[in-house]
Amino acid sequence: MNSFSVIKLVIKNLRARKGRTILTILGITIGVAGVIIIISLGAGAQSLILGQVTKLGSNLLSIQTGQTAGNGAPIPGLVITTLVNNDATALRNKNRVPYAAAVSAAVQGSATIVWGNKTVDVTFVGTDSEYPKVVNYTMQSGQFFSEAENIGGANVVVLGSETAKQLFTDSGVNPVGQIIKVKSSMQNNAGGVPLRVIGVIAPRGSSFFQNQDELVFMPLIIGQQQILGIHYLQTISIKVDDASHVTSTVASVNSVLKQQHRILEDVNIDYTIRNQEDAVKILSTITNALSLFLVAMASISLIVGGIGILNIMMVTVAERTREIGLRKAVGATKKAIRNQFLLEAVLLTSLGGLVGIIIGILVSYLISLLMIKLGYDWAFIVSGTSILLSVGVSVLTGIVFGLFPAIRAAKLNPIDALRYE
Amino acid sequence: MNLIKIENLKKDYTTGDVVTPVLDNINFKIDQGEFVAIMGPSGSGKSTLMHILSFLDRASGGTYEFKGKDIKDFDDNYLAELRNKEIGFVFQSFNLLPRTTVLDNVKLPLIYSKKKNQDQIARKSIESVGLSHRLNYYTNQISGGEKQRVAIARALVCDPAVIFADEPTGNLDSKSGNTVMFLLQQLNNQGRTIILVTHETDTANHAKRIIRIKDGNILSDEQVSKRTIAEADKELIK
Repeated sequence: MNSFSVIKLVIKNLRARKGRTILTILGITIGVAGVIIIISLGAGAQSLILGQVTKLGSNLLSIQTGQTAGNGAPIPGLVITTLVNNDATALRNKNRVPYAAAVSAAVQGSATIVWGNKTVDVTFVGTDSEYPKVVNYTMQSGQFFSEAENIGGANVVVLGSETAKQLFTDSGVNPVGQIIKVKSSMQNNAGGVPLRVIGVIAPRGSSFFQNQDELVFMPLIIGQQQILGIHYLQTISIKVDDASHVTSTVASVNSVLKQQHRILEDVNIDYTIRNQEDAVKILSTITNALSLFLVAMASISLIVGGIGILNIMMVTVAERTREIGLRKAVGATKKAIRNQFLLEAVLLTSLGGLVGIIIGILVSYLISLLMIKLGYDWAFIVSGTSILLSVGVSVLTGIVFGLFPAIRAAKLNPIDALRYE
Repeated sequence: MNLIKIENLKKDYTTGDVVTPVLDNINFKIDQGEFVAIMGPSGSGKSTLMHILSFLDRASGGTYEFKGKDIKDFDDNYLAELRNKEIGFVFQSFNLLPRTTVLDNVKLPLIYSKKKNQDQIARKSIESVGLSHRLNYYTNQISGGEKQRVAIARALVCDPAVIFADEPTGNLDSKSGNTVMFLLQQLNNQGRTIILVTHETDTANHAKRIIRIKDGNILSDEQVSKRTIAEADKELIK
């Protein structure tokens, strides 16, 4: 008996029992579709998150106040004032931190901006002229303030595109050159600090739950002294010239800051250095673990589907005992019978897998359309690996769960099988 | 050389410690072209004998030579091949595949052979039992008599040396039964060896020779003196 006629025979058998065939493959179909969808969504979410991280600029080190254990967040509630402007100056020393391409100090807070009769609540960043070098962005109009303006504490401000839109779109006035007032919720400066708009940053979208386009930027001294009324820094960002120098730069930064802060023992360290690479790694780990967990859940339905196949094949063998007896009587060998039933199981699971792959891809695609419609920068990703994996698992399920019934069929004694009622 | 030669054939069934003898000291020879009826009441061992003769079962003792070769030397796969090439089966309950056409049922033994032009061979076989007009009918759409004729076509399709017919008329009305016996006699007239297993004397009398079995032993082995010749079926003749 050649393999082609076996396949023809098996297909004929499956077609003769359409209803049962469909019900049998349903378990495998759902399982495979689930795996494909979950892997696709996982990849989409991962690319979304990682895209946001890299948007902030790669090779970025961020020094924050307070020590943290491992990769956790800084301890809240405690205001640490030890990170100061001199630290940033020290870190700019090329002899001490040779691979720092740019060092930018910053403070942040919330404020209300007033222009004419319009008010907008924003997050402001007081920083220096190095900031544009640290974070990737382009100007929509005007320019970022210079180092001279920063040191001199010029009353200038750079707006995010969204803030500029909210304040000026209605009146059609060019934001650059306008004077706005910035009122802090912290300081009691009722009239607000008047600042001249000198530039608008092109739209950048959201990252890390903060809309970058709603930020406004001003010289560090203005932010520190006039709005927040503080003398210390909240963060220092360092752009490393090359990804390969990130580790050595972390070490340099540590040695500079320890000396600056006169720290002798590591337990007394009052700052935390983070880099984007770590963030990417952590996020990848989290999303991978999540995907894996979900795939494991979907795999359970594959196993259940496989047991369904096992069940149906056992029933099929019992139901077709007489047929098996007849086939043996007219010359089928044990091997021929075993192959017939094994192939039937594999064909069932493969068919289920195929339908599952199609449904999975379709649903993943629809979800990606939905996500894009909802405004996410979502990528429709169906990896070849997930398809290969699904096909492999489907076929394997057929072999594993089909083998036992097939062997049982092959072992039937033709005389008993012929007598079977 | 005899087609079938058995000597001191013995068959026991063992269930736990209990050994039940089914056949004991069976001796006979069957030549090419014979029409032999194996007769006996139920439980006599005639079915077991048929299973051994048709390579579905093995004897517990004695020798069975088929075409001069002791089948003891053959493994299961070779016996399967022998069943395919040398044996045709006609069962009491037809044993046709459900949800399958007449043509595909008749082709069944061919798919386990290496023969080519399987469709053509099967059609010819169906024609020889007068069922060409039922070729693509499903087996649940035809009558009992027609079913048994399909079974005969299936038995013939690999051109076997022997056809074993196990109570072939048992489930049929007398008219259909007559047609089946007519076909078997015709096949025998063409030189085919037929071994008929039955408990009915009327059916057995269609054969040329009757071997009677009782309690696992041969009671008698004689030629039929007044042989019944089945009436020609009009449907088959045209």
